[in-house]
Amino acid sequence: MKRSLIIVVSIMVSLAIVGSSFAATPDEIMKKSQAAFLYQGKDFKSRVMMKLVSKGGQERIREMTMLRKNYGLPGGEQKYFIYFFQPADVKDMTFMVYKYPGKDADRWLFIPAISMVRRIAAKDKYSSFVGSDFTYEDVSGRNLEDDNHSIAKEEKYNGKDCFVVKSTPKAADMEYRYKLSWIEKTGFLPLKEEYYDKRGEIYKVFTADELKDVKGFPTITKRTMKNLQSSHMTEVTYLKVDYNIGIEDSLFSERFLKQPPKKWIE
Amino acid sequence: MNNNLKLLIFFLITLFLFSPASAADISLHGFFQGNYASDISSSNPSGGDFKWAGERVQLKLEASKDPFRLFLKPDAFYDHIDRKTELELREGYIDYTASTWDIRAGRQILTWGLGDLIFINDVFPKDYEAFFSGRPLEYLKKGVDGVKIGAYPGFASIELVAIQFFEPNNFPDSKRFWMFDPMPFITDREKKEPAVNLKNTEVAIRAYREIAGFDASLYFYRGFFRQPSMMSDNPIMPAKLTLFYPKLFVYGTSLQGRALDGGVLSLEAGYYDSREDRSGANPMIPNSQTRVLIGHQRQIWEDFTIGLQYYGEYMHDYSAYVKNLPSGFPKEKRLHDLASVRLTQFLIHQTLRLSFFSFWSPSDSDYLLNPEIKYNFSDHVWAAIGGNIFGGGEERNQFGQLDKNDNVYLQVRYEF
Repeated sequence: MKRSLIIVVSIMVSLAIVGSSFAATPDEIMKKSQAAFLYQGKDFKSRVMMKLVSKGGQERIREMTMLRKNYGLPGGEQKYFIYFFQPADVKDMTFMVYKYPGKDADRWLFIPAISMVRRIAAKDKYSSFVGSDFTYEDVSGRNLEDDNHSIAKEEKYNGKDCFVVKSTPKAADMEYRYKLSWIEKTGFLPLKEEYYDKRGEIYKVFTADELKDVKGFPTITKRTMKNLQSSHMTEVTYLKVDYNIGIEDSLFSERFLKQPPKKWIE
Repeated sequence: MNNNLKLLIFFLITLFLFSPASAADISLHGFFQGNYASDISSSNPSGGDFKWAGERVQLKLEASKDPFRLFLKPDAFYDHIDRKTELELREGYIDYTASTWDIRAGRQILTWGLGDLIFINDVFPKDYEAFFSGRPLEYLKKGVDGVKIGAYPGFASIELVAIQFFEPNNFPDSKRFWMFDPMPFITDREKKEPAVNLKNTEVAIRAYREIAGFDASLYFYRGFFRQPSMMSDNPIMPAKLTLFYPKLFVYGTSLQGRALDGGVLSLEAGYYDSREDRSGANPMIPNSQTRVLIGHQRQIWEDFTIGLQYYGEYMHDYSAYVKNLPSGFPKEKRLHDLASVRLTQFLIHQTLRLSFFSFWSPSDSDYLLNPEIKYNFSDHVWAAIGGNIFGGGEERNQFGQLDKNDNVYLQVRYEF
């Protein structure tokens, strides 16, 4: 009797332990992280300041307003509208992206000097966003089904309990072999990401440097991507962040690409 | 610029800047630029060795107060070749924006169609001299003085442009460029632009919407060829040539969307209805034509894209043209076509751009090569060095005639 009680208790204890650490599968963690990081609210607006810093310390500024609207559930379709303030040679340029799950996005660029809208061919996976250390995928997210996810470990990062998820691209043509993401257990925001190259060496690090609560949505308002091999880095600050501001569908059109409405870009 | 238009713009600026209720949002940007193009194969017909040499300042002044917006883009420049200072209003217009329509009145640059340096439904004026002299690409486009109305009823978007003042294309200057001239011995020439009246108002309409993931457009234009035709006073013993701009209607369409390989596919076509030579019997006026373009653009690796185009012009009344062509005149081919390649590689965090563009004509075997290196020294300063190399074909062909005009150019800009 005593022995069977011990067995029952130990089974229950082990179930409880297993249950606590595996309450979320790695795929579920990444899904929640994607929703928290890239799909908060119905829509989103921010003034984005990007500072590109070269190895020698030379700085270049990319300043823009980024508007985003969700269509469907997290992981689903999104539309982005970006208006550039700086540098001077791209001032008044606008850029629009229709992002689809599982296939390449549609992108349009408006060049004000010749009043021309054109589609541009670019692959999210390899393309640097405006010359920064962030790729398009880093800005607007990567399709979760493109990677195999596993939990490498659980540990504290900056005093917060995190899952450390290892994501290995299924396709062989990626720049990195795998990525480790430190995802906090409460809000599911990625606090740090490490990218490992083909030789298994770390070469790129993302850190969330400042978190703020905006309308109840925890938001990373400062982030850095540092390339350890080239010593180039990009610091991004999100200013004037807002959610659920009622961006109309019609904004994401050629009409407003050519004449971006002041009320949305300011 | 027409005086009435000047007055209107002046009135609008005054209204904007000095009305007590205004509190308009005002911004001022612009650039200083040096731009030089030096001959590399032979001197100009007039003797100089520069196709272009000048410094300029451009201001971009914007004032807005919903629902109005005023935009002025004047250039002031010094031309070292002709030794003169000039002012040019590149753009100057006022916008009014309502929820489902808008209007833009004044001098404005318009770009339609899908071609990369190939224009079918972009019926607006171009400055080819600027392009061949190594000036920045924006100077290929000339503004039009007119009104554009946009209507956005939901099922489609519509742009209607009315141009009151005819603006021809600008072709290379015969003092700076060696070019083919079929009648060089006749020096008495008169240029006759369409008279400014209601009947001659050019109308261009574009309707567009998304269809199955493609951007689809329909176009219509009623106006004039922007390249002049030549008419002699006497067919047997010509003493004087009149350069004029024949009437033209264009009906066109275009489709652009994602190709199967993730690139961008572009298709465009237009029917050029030559209204003053509908039978094709007047060899001095262009035959009616069908023009088609197919283009494909694709990213191959990080920051490297390739763009390919094929373009064809097909003459509709070729036999009538051939029958009526005076002897001694070069005979055009029924099909004139062009293939183009554009390669673009960005390096060093997109601050260095290497690009190569080329046209080659399968029908005429002439070509244009345009390699360029552009570097952004900082967020404010950039410079580009490039070349324009022409050749092949015969001395009357589009690029073949420019054979002796090869040049290298430098563009330097400080933007603020």
